[in-house]
Amino acid sequence: MKKPQLDHHHSPVRYVSYVVGFVLSIATTLLAYFFVVNQLLPKETLIYVVLVIAVVQLIVQLVFFLHLGRGNRWKVITFAFAALVVVIVVVGSLWIMKNLDYNMMNMTPDQMTQYMNENEGI
Amino acid sequence: MSRAEELVAIHEKKTLGFWIYLMTDCVLFAALFATFAVLRGATAGGPGGPELFDMPFVLIETIILLTSSFTIGMALLGSVRGYKTQTLVWLFITFALGVVFLSMELYEFMVLIGEGHGPQQSAFLSSYFTLVATHGIHIAIGLLWMAVVIVRLWRHKFKKTDVNRLALLGLFWHFLDIIWIFIFSFVYLIGGMA
Repeated sequence: MKKPQLDHHHSPVRYVSYVVGFVLSIATTLLAYFFVVNQLLPKETLIYVVLVIAVVQLIVQLVFFLHLGRGNRWKVITFAFAALVVVIVVVGSLWIMKNLDYNMMNMTPDQMTQYMNENEGI
Repeated sequence: MSRAEELVAIHEKKTLGFWIYLMTDCVLFAALFATFAVLRGATAGGPGGPELFDMPFVLIETIILLTSSFTIGMALLGSVRGYKTQTLVWLFITFALGVVFLSMELYEFMVLIGEGHGPQQSAFLSSYFTLVATHGIHIAIGLLWMAVVIVRLWRHKFKKTDVNRLALLGLFWHFLDIIWIFIFSFVYLIGGMA
């Protein structure tokens, strides 16, 4: 290998970090794929399993690839804020749309009143 | 403050600024993910995820992008230690993997549109194309950036500023990989369940 062109100083980031991150990422991807393709669990449970595996992989990549927590503290703070906004946007949208869906089931107002009388105890 | 310390401080500031840009990009993708999640079932009588997605194909795409995220890490380490050839070789591998990934994505789009399942067919497909293509555009811009870095490194002497630029490119690429993991999980794995 050619001589280094910059002063050779000790780097705090090591190869091991990337190798471990890579192996764990591939493993979690294959695990999620394996669960879904073979339909090992009922659909409802499977969705949560895939979600949890995705979050695990997010943490793996944040720690081993992006080295979150090293260096500027503001990186962690802005990340936490962005994560909060993301959760509000995604969960909030799903929540509100599910409610709207329920209130707009293809029914006439009379049918809806009857449905609510029968099912909601009103 | 010495000149060297000043440069480190400037780089720190630039890194934080770029990081904040990435976080706002997260919010952009969150909006697209929310849209997709809401419109997932709105297929307007057309085919849904399970009929359209080719799972082994997408798995290969995912592994290619994951590998490119690893190889750009290797390029970064090479640059921090000052090895120009090592940096260039790893960057070139990353670039090639990125091109393969983007071509696979475009091929997937062409097959879908060719079969008449374009973004105009249903709300589900509109949101699918918007989300995945936005990620694809980010990848294309990342590749352009990477090409500029490669050409610069090739033709000029290795400087400290090159290392700093490469560090930002690395951040961007890792970030796109994380977004893809969520596209893979939400859109393809969950959206493709029968």
